[in-house]
Amino acid sequence: MPEAPARHVPSLPSADWMSPLPPATRLAFQGGLAARAAAARVFPLPDAQAVCQARCDGDRAGLWLGPDECLLLAPATTGAAALLEALRSAIGTAAHSLVDVSHRQVGLEIRGPQAERILNGACPLDLSLEQFPVGRCTRTVLAKAEIVLWRTQAQHFRVEIWRSFAAYAAALLQEIARDYVV
Amino acid sequence: MLLIPCPHCGERPEIEFTYGGEAHLVRPADPSTLDDAAWADYLYMRTNTKGVHAERWRHARGCGRFFNALRDTTTDRFLATYRIGEPRPAIAAGGAR
Amino acid sequence: MSRWRTATGGRVDRTRTLAFRFDGTRYEGLAGDTLASALLANGVHLVGRSFKYHRPRGILTAGAEEPSALVTVRRDSARVTPDLRATQLELYEGLDALSLNRWPSLERDVGRINDWLSPLFPAGFYYKTFMWPKSAWKSLYEPVIRRAAGLGVAPTEPDPDRYAQCYAHCDVLVVGAGPAGLAAALAAADQGARVLICDEQSEFGGSLLADRHATIDGGPAAAWVAHAVADLAANPRVVCLPRTTAFGYFPHNLIGLAERLTDHLAAPAPHAARERLWQVRARSVVLATGAVERPLVFPGNDRPGVMLAGAGRTYLNRYGVRVGARVVLVTATDAGYEAAIDLHDAGVEIAGIADLRTAASGELPAAARAAGIEVTASATVLGTSGNRRVAGITIAQISSAGSSAARRTLACDAVLMSGGFTPSVHLFSQSRGTLRWSDDHQAFLPDRSAERERSAGACRGVVDLAETIADGLTAGAESAPSRTATARRIVATRPRSSDGGHLGAVPLASGASQKSFVDWQHDVTIKDLAIATREGFRSIEHVKRFTTTGMATDQGKTSNLNALAIVARAIDAPIPRVGLTTFRMPYTPTTFGTFAGPSRGDLFDPVRRTPIHDWAAAAGAVFEDVGMWKRARYFPQPGEDMHAAVARECRAVRSSCGLFDASTLGKIEVVGPGAAEFLERLYVNSWANLGVGRCRYGILCREDGFITDDGVVARLAADRFHVTTTTGGAPRVLAMMEDYRQTEWPDLEVWLTSTTEAWAVIAVQGPNARDVLRGCVEGIDLEASAFPHMSVAAARICGVEGMVMRVSFTGELGYELNVPADYGLEIWKAVHAAGAAHGGITCYGTETMHVLRAEKGYIIVGQDTDGTVTPVDAGLSWAVGRKKPDFVGRRSLQRQSMQAPDRKQLVGLRARDGRTLLDEGAQVADRPNQQPPMQLIGHVTSSYESAVLGSPIALAMVAGGRARIGQTLYVPMPGGDVEVDVVSPVFYDPKGERINA
Repeated sequence: MPEAPARHVPSLPSADWMSPLPPATRLAFQGGLAARAAAARVFPLPDAQAVCQARCDGDRAGLWLGPDECLLLAPATTGAAALLEALRSAIGTAAHSLVDVSHRQVGLEIRGPQAERILNGACPLDLSLEQFPVGRCTRTVLAKAEIVLWRTQAQHFRVEIWRSFAAYAAALLQEIARDYVV
Repeated sequence: MLLIPCPHCGERPEIEFTYGGEAHLVRPADPSTLDDAAWADYLYMRTNTKGVHAERWRHARGCGRFFNALRDTTTDRFLATYRIGEPRPAIAAGGAR
Repeated sequence: MSRWRTATGGRVDRTRTLAFRFDGTRYEGLAGDTLASALLANGVHLVGRSFKYHRPRGILTAGAEEPSALVTVRRDSARVTPDLRATQLELYEGLDALSLNRWPSLERDVGRINDWLSPLFPAGFYYKTFMWPKSAWKSLYEPVIRRAAGLGVAPTEPDPDRYAQCYAHCDVLVVGAGPAGLAAALAAADQGARVLICDEQSEFGGSLLADRHATIDGGPAAAWVAHAVADLAANPRVVCLPRTTAFGYFPHNLIGLAERLTDHLAAPAPHAARERLWQVRARSVVLATGAVERPLVFPGNDRPGVMLAGAGRTYLNRYGVRVGARVVLVTATDAGYEAAIDLHDAGVEIAGIADLRTAASGELPAAARAAGIEVTASATVLGTSGNRRVAGITIAQISSAGSSAARRTLACDAVLMSGGFTPSVHLFSQSRGTLRWSDDHQAFLPDRSAERERSAGACRGVVDLAETIADGLTAGAESAPSRTATARRIVATRPRSSDGGHLGAVPLASGASQKSFVDWQHDVTIKDLAIATREGFRSIEHVKRFTTTGMATDQGKTSNLNALAIVARAIDAPIPRVGLTTFRMPYTPTTFGTFAGPSRGDLFDPVRRTPIHDWAAAAGAVFEDVGMWKRARYFPQPGEDMHAAVARECRAVRSSCGLFDASTLGKIEVVGPGAAEFLERLYVNSWANLGVGRCRYGILCREDGFITDDGVVARLAADRFHVTTTTGGAPRVLAMMEDYRQTEWPDLEVWLTSTTEAWAVIAVQGPNARDVLRGCVEGIDLEASAFPHMSVAAARICGVEGMVMRVSFTGELGYELNVPADYGLEIWKAVHAAGAAHGGITCYGTETMHVLRAEKGYIIVGQDTDGTVTPVDAGLSWAVGRKKPDFVGRRSLQRQSMQAPDRKQLVGLRARDGRTLLDEGAQVADRPNQQPPMQLIGHVTSSYESAVLGSPIALAMVAGGRARIGQTLYVPMPGGDVEVDVVSPVFYDPKGERINA
């Protein structure tokens, strides 16, 4: 029987201020408070009240996307199957939904002193540090694409975007950046 | 572009939302018990309010939640937003900014 | 230096001469000039021909309100911008401008005949004259009128420039950087607010840039402006945007700004954005938009050389240009005297001041008299003379009886006029704030705000400089989110110039033989307004549309109030009762490029590609757009057209094996203890009895009973379903599901996740499919007995964990491999290679897929259905769960009319000649050779050549169609009626033996 073949992530441009992120394990979690609390024992998950907050533990992060919805991010070395197993055994019988969406989307890092302005070329949110501090995350729009935007550091943002929209988003950000970076 | 207070996420631009029509229309528990006129009334008839209108929005490109809003259709001002299942707040036009 | 340019003074750079062209003639100006000031410095007053009468026109103003001096600027064959205001165009080396509305030249314009024929063209002329005969409108009148009408010519080539866009947020947005705006920005910044201040001009300062008389904080106004601008620029919480027009005020304090980035540059950096759209969301807005000086409406007031008094001052003080050598002032305000004094001090001869008022006693009139300037009080204007530039003006005194006396003609080469000031309430009005008429100001002023906004300074009727600055300071400080810092104080003094004002025509104008213009851009005169009132129009909204006053690109900035006053007087009603026309965005014309921004070309819309796209492209696939997706439509081999390629692909799938990229199918994972019940309530089908590992074709209706989507649903576990949707329907279905889940059935514990892009889907279809896949799939026995049609199971596919569904949209034995998207390309290649080793495999596209499914009578939602088709209509009643008490759409399907036997039903059609391919969308009739109105009973929804059947086939929706099977019907086509047999929609393998192989 054949070995696992090569993995191809969408090919995206890089720049001083933009890099595609390596493949990651991503799980879409939805469920009630009981399931959330149970899952939080094995994975950093923000409380239901921690609106638009990410909770990190090392290289794993849980992003609040809605009152009963989180996006779980982990390095690809943490296999989705193993992570699902750990979460399911922690959650037990509490009703919930966990779906492996590792391949659904890709990550883009936008960084540098112009990161805010470049993103604001297409994202309508107030991205100033006072209104969108480090650790804030949300689903929003980037022109005609939907994204999850997470400020990981003062000048670093992580954009999660469905794979078929990634080329559009990257090209659009490049076009915007022409007016801000040399 | 309106600025809409999502009851979960706070004020966000309209472009993140989808409109959901009139609020507080409950699907009949057993539609087969309704005669044609009553069913048509549920399906098609809307109040088309001038003034304070209870309507549904969904923060589709945000937290994904549906919620209800009281909006003055003459001024576009949102008087209140509240979660699905909560009763309509008693607010008259001009009661809030 | 020309005789019109002063030796010193102004804000132009006398060390930098700029050459430019106007209508092909070379001129020189200075850095800091506008095109208007540079033309005036060369003694050029004639700059255009008017819209309707082609009268010679000059420069009326020095700003954005300019109705008259419109030009086309040409940088190259593609960069051609018409209808720009010469008063706002910053001069650059090589500027190439053309006048409008003239042929063959500005000096000798043939259209001028319209002016001599003007008695033939009164207001309403077009509405009344060209009504008969009716047929002549399209063939004769309209083409001729269209050729003669319009301002400027649109460019013919695509716009090569880049346009940028951004979103911005601030605590306080200040619109206008004159004295009030600068003070507001300073005061808000003092309180720590995030401030954004914009002004349409190239530099901040507004009226202060042309002011010789003001003293602020002990120094000249210009010095204070420089200091204020430096203060603001140094503050990291302040954004200063010159050359930026606030063109629109949208709900909840969203303001649209258009920033001009390169139009003032001789050689913009290659690929630099030309303009930037700012969408600013402001916590508070301070409108400091100033006021516009009003022209006086007198006979001959449109002659080149007649301009606003403030403009004359601005050209002198800001640009160092004398607008004439011998100037007459016609004024109803003290501002006219100020202009006279400034020009007099600059060596211009003032031939006289005609004041409409009976007396003027302020500081400025006194100063003018002291300077020896002759003043005529109770004056009016009887007419002007001069061909391409004013050469004389006839003034008279109005006697106490109301007739003219002491009539005199003054030779002059310029006339400056001042009728008072109209506050610029455009943005305030756009914000839905209400206006009130002020008798004191003779103007509409902001009354109640609708947004968190306040006006400051001249735009709300505050005119004294000290008061204006104080007003700005208060507005800025009170708009800041917090107020902790001590309030700033600014001391300003300036002579009072705003007293007086006049609305409407000057006395005796209506009896004059010369035209008195109200709207310069649309050539509306007092006579036109009189006709409108005689015709019975009373509302200004109606008068506006009848006469077109205020409807030009300047939107009546200089004309609206005069028009209103003239109408009010004519119908003897107070001005507020005549009303005010609506202010609409944009404040000044804004380019389409600004609105489009980067959303053009490749970035117009996202282009979605599947993981297998690049392979298909390399294999020569021809793609089609399906929503935002690119889908391979067919894979032509050398020499093949679409017809040949599709026929080959179809035969391959029917006879051996085909490979198809189905990745774009919508996929939704429905998970939770309530998942089965959720689908039970939503879809027409039954789900409770669907076993784990089994699939079922599902139909989704709207509550009105009509099909909205369909797709295969696979049960992966008791509490987990994999729902597929149409490619285009995926977002709509998910949104509909979320609606019912969240708002109707919150009792169900079920959650939805889109997995459309998580999986690449590779369809392997045809009698050899099983043989091809045997070596690719681990963990499933693919034999029919173990894994029959409509099975689903997890499997290892080419070494990757995935999911195999045995489903078919072709009617053949078929499988769909669902593999994690990143592996899709390699697994596609592996299956393709495996196929080659098993007797060949053929890639096919959506066109072949369409043919194959039509041969089987499978519908495509949105092609064979149109939003009025029920499952029964589509021949799918077998799928409807009869025993279910309820599902979305069930109650509507119970209505009698939804079960009527004459509803349109899905049938097959075959041309009796066995050759004719019916047009999709063609109508169906039950009688041949009908004359209109024809009786039509249906329409063709799908039509293809069927390779396997050797003849064309079609699907159609036909009234009472199923009962007509066996009958002959007629399809009217361009070549005549085509006789068709009505047949079952299942053309191929009606018993379904192949699919279960």
